[in-house]
Amino acid sequence: MKKDASSLWRQALSTGLIAGALAVLVSLVGLVVSFSDTDIIRGVITLGELILFSPIFLLAYSSIQRASGRSLRTRIGISALIGLVAGLLLSLLVIIGTATNLRQMFVNASPALFNLLTRGVPLPLGALVPPLSCIIAAWVSLGISLLAERYRKAIIQGILWVVVLGTLRNQILLIYILQQEPISTILKAVIFAQSGLSPIGAVIVFALSTSLAFYSSGRKRVTPLSRTPKQQKKFRITLFIGVSLILVFLPLALGLFFTEILDSTGLFIMMGLGLNIVVGFAGLLDLGYVAFYAIGAYTMGVLTSSGLGLYHFTFWEALPFALLAAWLAGIILGLPVLRMRGDYLAIVTLGFGEIVRLLALSDWLKAGLGGTQGIQSIAQPVIGPLTFDSLPKLYYLILIGIAILTFIAWRLKDSRLGRSWMALREDEDVAQAMGINLVFTKLMAFSTGALFAGLAGAMGAAKLTSVYPHSMTFIISINVLVLIIIGGMGSIPGVFVGALVLVGLPGILSEFEEYRLWFYGLALVFMMLNRPEGLWPEARRRRELHEETAELIAE
Amino acid sequence: MAVLIANQVTKRFGGLDALRSIDLEVKEQAIQSIIGPNGAGKTTFFNCITGFYNPEEGDILLGNRSIIGLSPDRVTRLGVARTYQNIRLFKNMTAVENIMVGMEPHMKSNIISDVLRTRGVRRAEQEGLEEASRLLRFMGLSGQGDMFAKNLPYGAQRRLEIARSLASKPKLLLLDEPTAGMNPSETREMTSLIRRLRDELGITILLIEHQMRVVMGISELITVLDYGEKIAEGLPKEIQSNPNVIEAYLGHGSYQASIQ
Repeated sequence: MKKDASSLWRQALSTGLIAGALAVLVSLVGLVVSFSDTDIIRGVITLGELILFSPIFLLAYSSIQRASGRSLRTRIGISALIGLVAGLLLSLLVIIGTATNLRQMFVNASPALFNLLTRGVPLPLGALVPPLSCIIAAWVSLGISLLAERYRKAIIQGILWVVVLGTLRNQILLIYILQQEPISTILKAVIFAQSGLSPIGAVIVFALSTSLAFYSSGRKRVTPLSRTPKQQKKFRITLFIGVSLILVFLPLALGLFFTEILDSTGLFIMMGLGLNIVVGFAGLLDLGYVAFYAIGAYTMGVLTSSGLGLYHFTFWEALPFALLAAWLAGIILGLPVLRMRGDYLAIVTLGFGEIVRLLALSDWLKAGLGGTQGIQSIAQPVIGPLTFDSLPKLYYLILIGIAILTFIAWRLKDSRLGRSWMALREDEDVAQAMGINLVFTKLMAFSTGALFAGLAGAMGAAKLTSVYPHSMTFIISINVLVLIIIGGMGSIPGVFVGALVLVGLPGILSEFEEYRLWFYGLALVFMMLNRPEGLWPEARRRRELHEETAELIAE
Repeated sequence: MAVLIANQVTKRFGGLDALRSIDLEVKEQAIQSIIGPNGAGKTTFFNCITGFYNPEEGDILLGNRSIIGLSPDRVTRLGVARTYQNIRLFKNMTAVENIMVGMEPHMKSNIISDVLRTRGVRRAEQEGLEEASRLLRFMGLSGQGDMFAKNLPYGAQRRLEIARSLASKPKLLLLDEPTAGMNPSETREMTSLIRRLRDELGITILLIEHQMRVVMGISELITVLDYGEKIAEGLPKEIQSNPNVIEAYLGHGSYQASIQ
């Protein structure tokens, strides 16, 4: 028993060290200083402070939960130890930082950072500030963990809402319907401050969301399984109509800022749906997928650009050619790599992506493709009197494109070809031994995937009315691949979730732009460790014909 | 009437002769076995029949047609199916999906009709599902069709692998150690199942097997390989007392010892 207790304290010590190291890390990366002006609650807590203390909050919380059987005094001690150790590390940073110049290695180790960490208290005494504040942070965690589950969940939800609304103050005020009077005045006067939430606003948001969470958790939930098939069908139809209506009115309600994000997210969804066929369904790792987007976009550009003046097609006349070009490119890439697997395939496709980008960039093809300058004044789609020349209008076009591609992907997944792809992904040799024609099946995967990206490229070119070789970089391919992994390999809803999380969210959080890759890495590591199957994993239809269900159908 | 004729088949890996001038004939509706110590070339021979390996010399005839140089999927379409020594199911697909992949040689559709889900496609899928359910029942797997292959118990995985190979409606079925890793009662079940495959479905069966009780009980003709060469062929009784076979399994001189 005694040995057990000592291991508990040792664990707390190492948790404190990890939390402290993370806090030092976010400080040195610059997150703390950059967001010290962004208030969450004006005059109470800034985003920088939240980021600084969040490792301590989270790690202390999970430590305390593990020690939930212990006496209250032990838990107070454990959390104090975690806070103390973490805080001492921060103090150490301050002391070393002021005594020597760390800025050659860590640009962010500035006096401003140390000032923030010590809350302005000068040094000998100031070294006490981080440990104290960290202990308080750990005790806040303890306080929350002491509550009964229902209260605790409600309060955590309330805190999350305050943090989200406070952080996103500027973006929320850009939502079109919230800009209308009198909503706008009320929001600005009561809920929000100059930056972040006002203290009163924070109380209101916290109270509302907490009580809402509290009451909704008390209600009995209708699980999908408890519904009859008829109810399920009705539920599905209602859901479909509801979602469609929301999607139609979304750009009107949200305004331009968000519509721009929706449009670019939409293009990534289209690419994601395509790459999901190649990588998710058929298991062929393609690292040069942006090439097909580029080919779609450039074909559209070459055929319609009045700036280039080679051809004068309309958008709709050029679209079939853009799709055909991408499709053919898929086959051209597919042919030489038919015999390659895994890593080798990845390397070759990566090279293919670079070749396409460099060709677009080259002086050799400058007359046709515009070289570094790219192609401008690309035609925008016209239907009758309607020109798709604004972000909301393009939104609808992209929405229709996504709907078509989703339908195709969904149908293919549950088809003979989809099964062949999956068999290929699982075991190529056995798939072939089952009578699957590998050449045909692989080429189908590559070309269909390429076709999807081609459509995205054509629409992307029309959206920007220009294409540049610099926007066709390797990182786009990686982006699409990562969104599939985060969403869930082979899962169609996963593509949407992945794109919203990895493209939509960073678009909204534009202040975080500098730290985007940082969060990317963090998200990937976290996902691989905790949820390797993705946020919305691939679901399988139940297909075996059971006698009971067969009878039911017969009746 | 022979379903399969192998004529002087030789397969070399570098300097090693994995198979040396193998002759083999499998009679229609027969159950025949290939036995031999580890590394004798049994699975290599299977790989030659199914098109995974191209033998350097000799010919393999399926019916009257040579299959040398055909890719594995073409061979499968000619009516050969196989299972694997170490189970190779599509682990992340359900049992029904595994079986439906096996039906590939008989499915006709193209990408357009798949997307539009035409009446023909719908009917083919429906028939496929019904056939899959029948096969599951035949193999004693009813009710497990929606489970991922990887979640099935070991014996069920072995049977699912056979169900998947049956889905291609083969004339000739190659079973690579179908009872490996099974306990005596599972082995008995598998043995009677193999007989039913021949008796009820009329499928010719060629199997590789290590459990002598199974081999001797089920086979009508046994071929023995050792170091890539055929050292004996005959009825189970003849094989049991063949001095070459005993030597191959137990080492030189053991036949003398067994007589004394």
